[in-house]
Amino acid sequence: MKPLNAMTAALEPVAPLPRCAEEPVFREPWEASAFAMTVALHQRGLFTWSEWAECLGEAIRAAQAEGDPDLGDTYYRHWLLALETMVARKGVAGAALLAQRQAAWDRAAHATPHGQPILLENDPLFTRGA
Amino acid sequence: MHASDDGPHGHHHEHDHSELSDTALRVRALESVLVEKGYVEPDALDAIIETYETRIGPRNGARVVAKAWADPAFRDGLRRDATAAIASLGFGGRQGEHMVAVENTPEEHNLVVCTLCSCYPWPVLGLPPVWYKSAAYRSRAVIDPRGVLADFGVTLPEGTRLRVWDSTAEIRYLVLPMRPAGTEGWSEEALADLVTRDSMIGTGLARAPGGVAA
Repeated sequence: MKPLNAMTAALEPVAPLPRCAEEPVFREPWEASAFAMTVALHQRGLFTWSEWAECLGEAIRAAQAEGDPDLGDTYYRHWLLALETMVARKGVAGAALLAQRQAAWDRAAHATPHGQPILLENDPLFTRGA
Repeated sequence: MHASDDGPHGHHHEHDHSELSDTALRVRALESVLVEKGYVEPDALDAIIETYETRIGPRNGARVVAKAWADPAFRDGLRRDATAAIASLGFGGRQGEHMVAVENTPEEHNLVVCTLCSCYPWPVLGLPPVWYKSAAYRSRAVIDPRGVLADFGVTLPEGTRLRVWDSTAEIRYLVLPMRPAGTEGWSEEALADLVTRDSMIGTGLARAPGGVAA
């Protein structure tokens, strides 16, 4: 086997493959959540896997068009955007509802002492069922 | 996260509070809405995550390959109907519904990619590595597959054809790597240890006895 640095140097002008021997399945908890929600929604029949692949492909192409180097490490960002798009497309939750809820979680986080579990109920403006 | 030494009196006020990144906020917002509307259940989400973090991975595929090496009848079945053969070992389900096994031979080497997104045979390989999801791999596997193999330290003998298979949402490919020489009579368990994840994608070869790539 050739020395790795010689190999990578020879390939530098073309896009190098982001290599890493061992990597966790999910790098952050949110990646795991986004993945699991998608699998669960597909399982209950909200969309077919072909629809999902198409939607994810669109998100990836859009990100590339906007200059994302697309090294594979932003994959779950594209995944999340595709999931939001799909959920809106299927009439489950639109952008306005999600934005409102994001603001609620942000307030909840700020009202939660560091180290405590962040609960939506911690949002000072929280009302159940809102 | 924002401990601060407040003012001239020198005593510390507790201003620590939590922060969530924009991405984490988006995911929490989505999840809480989906749970409220009854589309997903938190326990089911946890079970899915646990499955993919701990139970599903390339060790499953390695068992399939090892059995195909050791058992000619299984190998024939795998080539005829990979989904059924793989299911007979207890591996199946999401993203493994329509499996096709492509067999490496001295004449032909197979390489798998998904140019659209990152379709991948989850039941046998788990979730794809970062490089498989990168634009570089998705495009170069098609334009310059030999260059990609070189990047992985794989050089094929002159005259070995290289076939590239583009996965889709419907069809997932599993590469059946060549059995390393010097493993005659080995148990399936011992053979499985020679099967790497990359060898089942086609960016690698099975390990030779003794640890180096064959």
